[in-house]
Amino acid sequence: MTAMAALPISTPIPAPIVTAVAGLGAPASLADGANGWRATALRRFAACGLPTRRLEAWKYTDLSSLQGIDFQPAAADLRLADDHPLPQLADQPGHRLVFADGVLQPALSACTPAAGLDVGRLADWLSAADAAAELGAAGEPSPMVALNAALASDGLRLSTAPGIAVDRPVELVFIGGLGEAATASHPRHRIELAAGSSATLIEVHAGGGDGCYLANHVGEITIGEHARLRHVIVQTEGATAYHIASRFVSVAADGRYEAFTLTASGRLTRNEVTVSLNGPGAACVLAGAYLLRDREHCDTTTIIEHRAPHTSCREVFKGVLDGASRGVFQGRIVVHRGAQKIDGHQLSKALLLSDAAEVDQKPELEIYADDVKCSHGAAAGQLDADELFYLRSRGIPEEQARRLLIEGFLVDVFDEVTDDAVRAALFAHARRWFAAPGGPQR
Amino acid sequence: MLTIENLHVAVDGRSILSGFDLDVGPGEVHAIMGPNGSGKSTLSYVLAGRDGYDVTAGRVQLDGQDLLAMAPEERAAAGLFLAFQYPVEIPGVANATFLRQSLNAVRKARGLDELDAMQFLKSARARMKLLGMTDEMLKRSVNTGFSGGEKKRNEVLQMTLLEPRLAILDETDSGLDVDALRIVADGVNGLRAPDRSFVVITHYQRLLDYIVPDRVHILARGRIVRSGGEDLAREVERTGYADYLAPAA
Ligand SMILES: Nc1ncnc2c1ncn2[C@@H]1O[C@H](COP(=O)(O)OP(=O)(O)O)[C@@H](O)[C@H]1O
Ligand SMILES: [Mg+2]
Repeated sequence: MTAMAALPISTPIPAPIVTAVAGLGAPASLADGANGWRATALRRFAACGLPTRRLEAWKYTDLSSLQGIDFQPAAADLRLADDHPLPQLADQPGHRLVFADGVLQPALSACTPAAGLDVGRLADWLSAADAAAELGAAGEPSPMVALNAALASDGLRLSTAPGIAVDRPVELVFIGGLGEAATASHPRHRIELAAGSSATLIEVHAGGGDGCYLANHVGEITIGEHARLRHVIVQTEGATAYHIASRFVSVAADGRYEAFTLTASGRLTRNEVTVSLNGPGAACVLAGAYLLRDREHCDTTTIIEHRAPHTSCREVFKGVLDGASRGVFQGRIVVHRGAQKIDGHQLSKALLLSDAAEVDQKPELEIYADDVKCSHGAAAGQLDADELFYLRSRGIPEEQARRLLIEGFLVDVFDEVTDDAVRAALFAHARRWFAAPGGPQR
Repeated sequence: MLTIENLHVAVDGRSILSGFDLDVGPGEVHAIMGPNGSGKSTLSYVLAGRDGYDVTAGRVQLDGQDLLAMAPEERAAAGLFLAFQYPVEIPGVANATFLRQSLNAVRKARGLDELDAMQFLKSARARMKLLGMTDEMLKRSVNTGFSGGEKKRNEVLQMTLLEPRLAILDETDSGLDVDALRIVADGVNGLRAPDRSFVVITHYQRLLDYIVPDRVHILARGRIVRSGGEDLAREVERTGYADYLAPAA
């Protein structure tokens, strides 16, 4: 079965629209037409095109270099060897789904059935009657999300039954850049936790070759009352990879969303998350670390919508930037009318290891209630000369001293990861970044 | 062991040391006293290799090696140790990690085996006990949130671990109560050896009751203006530094 076969092709679509998505991973068959919701999404994307820096939300992240690349979807029968080395984080995941340039690898994937946990694929469901209603109804506020809706062919669908605590993590592994040609994939994920349930979702995104690729993920996450999702994302994408992720999370009363993102490589990464705290007691923790070198670019954009009283959010992000890399943190917090007793804490810190590295940090508070506790802080600095000298005066060579200080800068953000084994695995990734050839440089 | 000849140091174009000489032989303890701002810390930082000081003239040799040509970590490996007047706080770096990396870096440079975690802990704990330090101070970030006295003990702990040839103590006594002073002094005295020397910088004579110096020097106007035996410290304590501040009559 090929993934695109699930896409019912019908109405012919106008040539300008086909042109707008050509080279962004659209299948050749698209020129023949698309059905209702795909066509709607296509039109929406074609109307605006790729986001430009004129859009407020994309002010600091420039996608124009995407335009010159002719991305194609990977062949639906792309298969990795059975012994292909897998980047992974979880020790013993209950489920592991492996995708190569967006194409599921059944032989490398494994599932241990667990009561009350339903894990499936988007591809198996696309032709179902409710697919059109659901995908078509999604708000698609951004061009990249519209593009994803138009071209999505696979991804995770996860749901839990009420009150079920899923103890082993579900792990998604995405390997990109396997072929010679530039490849684009538009995975789409839907995660639904029923009331009182809990689960851990791990995403590992890694470069698997020298090929250029675009991974344009969209995640829709619904967390029921008293439910809790722990979401861990590791990005060690290839040197010419574009990774764009848009996540939409809605949290019901007393529900909890905890996300940690580690970005350790990739030419351009954008992690955008919108969390809507919809009922009293809903809470989220968004944390992450990004480690950049050369000309890498990493954009973290968070939007927290406090739509109910007694909701809270904690955000902690730390970046280490070497070479001529560029970091972006945009953190928007909206407290809606009547949403009293809000707790919001946001911190973004960047450590610049070279004069050519840059970071843009933009906290943004929009508050329409009066009983609100919101704090935010953003700071960028260099390694402290006194600290460096102190270490060196104790015999620690300069490179080692710098590493020690970088680790010291980063370490507390990893405390946001509640699972000890996962935290250790994430920190080991960070350590690997220090040890990689070329960095951190002077 | 340490020879300083005609040292001239400027900071931001302002002369701080001008014609400073000092000769410390093996096993000797020299005290340097002087008023605030006379350049005592400047001297210790220049010897340890901190940036921002222009050495415009002079020579410094440690065991015949040109100290000023070496990187700070090379000086530590060669046996120089500076107990900072203001130990630096390093948030996020556990004291144990720091001490072990320091000790192993120095041991490696000196051609000794590196210590594993257990060997290190054993060695550190034994020394900490003598200094009245608790185990918990290994887990905390380097000097972060330490009281003044804890910071100074941590400096002495590093000194006892690194076993230097020449230790400079920059006002290690300031901020210590009498009990802590005695513990710190015992730490220093326990290290005294025929092949190990000390330069004890202090503002007060008090410390020198516990660490008895072979020579006492008065630093003023950028150089040593007077040297003597341990009695000189007591004399200065009585008369103050005023006499040394004006150019010699
Ligand atoms: N890094 C520096 N930048 C500017 N001035 C300095 C610096 N270090 C020391 N000084 C100045 O040099 C002089 C000597 O200071 P210092 O060596 O700290 O004296 P002491 O330790 O004897 O009190 C003082 O006037 C001080 O203000
Ligand atoms: Mg001083």
